[in-house]
Amino acid sequence: MEESAPNYFLIAGGVLFVMMNVAAGLIWVERRMLALWQDRYGPNRAGPFGLFIVLADTLKLLFKEDWIPPFADKAVFVIAPAIVMTTVLLSFVIIPFAPGIMVADLNIGILFFLAMSSMGAYSIILGGWASNNKYALLGAMRGAAQMISYEVFMGLALMGVVLLAGSFNLRDIVEAQRGMWFVVPQLIGFVIFFIAGVAETHRLPFDIPEAESELIAGFHSEYSGMKFGLFFVGEYLGITLISCMVVALYFGGWLGPAFLPPVVWFALKTFVFISIFILLRASLPRPRYDQLMEYGWKILLPLTLLNLLVTAGIVLWMND
Amino acid sequence: MLSILRSMWLTFLHAFHKRDTIQYPEHKAKLSTRWRGRIVLTRDPDMGERCVGCYLCAAACPVDCISLQSTEDETGRRYPEFFRINFSRCIFCGFCEEACPTFAIQLIPDFEMAEYNRQNLVYEKKDLLIDGEGKYPGYNYYKVAGLAIGGKGKGEAINESEPVDVKSLMP
Repeated sequence: MEESAPNYFLIAGGVLFVMMNVAAGLIWVERRMLALWQDRYGPNRAGPFGLFIVLADTLKLLFKEDWIPPFADKAVFVIAPAIVMTTVLLSFVIIPFAPGIMVADLNIGILFFLAMSSMGAYSIILGGWASNNKYALLGAMRGAAQMISYEVFMGLALMGVVLLAGSFNLRDIVEAQRGMWFVVPQLIGFVIFFIAGVAETHRLPFDIPEAESELIAGFHSEYSGMKFGLFFVGEYLGITLISCMVVALYFGGWLGPAFLPPVVWFALKTFVFISIFILLRASLPRPRYDQLMEYGWKILLPLTLLNLLVTAGIVLWMND
Repeated sequence: MLSILRSMWLTFLHAFHKRDTIQYPEHKAKLSTRWRGRIVLTRDPDMGERCVGCYLCAAACPVDCISLQSTEDETGRRYPEFFRINFSRCIFCGFCEEACPTFAIQLIPDFEMAEYNRQNLVYEKKDLLIDGEGKYPGYNYYKVAGLAIGGKGKGEAINESEPVDVKSLMP
């Protein structure tokens, strides 16, 4: 898939534009969906269906006093929210939205994704540490421990798919699902990847680093204005990213009946998973911190290893 | 795991439930008559002021938002010279209504009293006094009180018998 230079920039810019708008639009989507599941209406006053709430939120974030505490480490404090945005946006580089709509056709696509999501932990740690606030630091430590431990088996859960497809390239992985979506042979892998993905984006119910009842707001206690906004939008970008990854890895990516264009299939499937993220938030309570770690290390990690072992065995047996 | 899936499914089913929200400015909720909203001063059936300036409401008020001064007219009826409620302090507890012996001060189901200027939340007597009897119609304190005021002597009130002549030996 060789791309000419102008087309390449068009795709990169297009992906960036769409993703930023999707992330902003998710503010509205999440509030409406949560309201739907909690028998409320949600925003419905500003503009049609309350859609201008996104505009209002953006304006508010832009015009709020953007205050840096005098006790904070200024440089790191400013850089931290940018890191989360950068790493998540860079991860979108490897997502195949449709045949031909892919920013970089990396042979090590999945490794790049894992590397970038590991970098995301920096944002939390540095943000919490630079705030020089005990609650922020506690939130950052909890977040870092959670993200790092859930990342271990997030990568391992993916390896089942890699074994079946025989490639780290996401385009090849999607192509390998023409016969059967990988969610069928890799059901355990999918469940584990999804749980790890929720923990990775520190979304509810795994929003341990933010736990507003215990830690005020966790690692972003001291943030205000658009610097907080970057954390906020970064979280929505993370949701979109994990949903895109789940679709590409386990649900056949852009594949689907021919009556809709491939991009639409991809977007539809992604939206389903974004909705599940929101449904999770609407229905589940937050686990205690030790429960979270115990669940990760004692149940999910052995299960992942077992899944990997069995998958590898079956693949070897089939090839003989 | 199953219970997690179950709770997610049950939450999802709420998508088909009726929404509980009342779209407020268009649809207004029906408030019961004992809702503790805006405070008013009521009048008796003869359109006289019910308040006799006994200060019990001000004494009962936990946030001290009621301030009044009682005075008397020429017939001996007591009434408040001024009556002031600072609604920026009022907590709408209803203690004033409970303390009032003459049903004068009443809380009514009206809560739409927002102001842009805090000073406008201080209600004077002319803002509080309404042309009606409120929740307790037909009650007139001076008609049942055994008090001699202009136009009514001792023993002339409703359900009141003639005063006993304590200096007489007759039964």
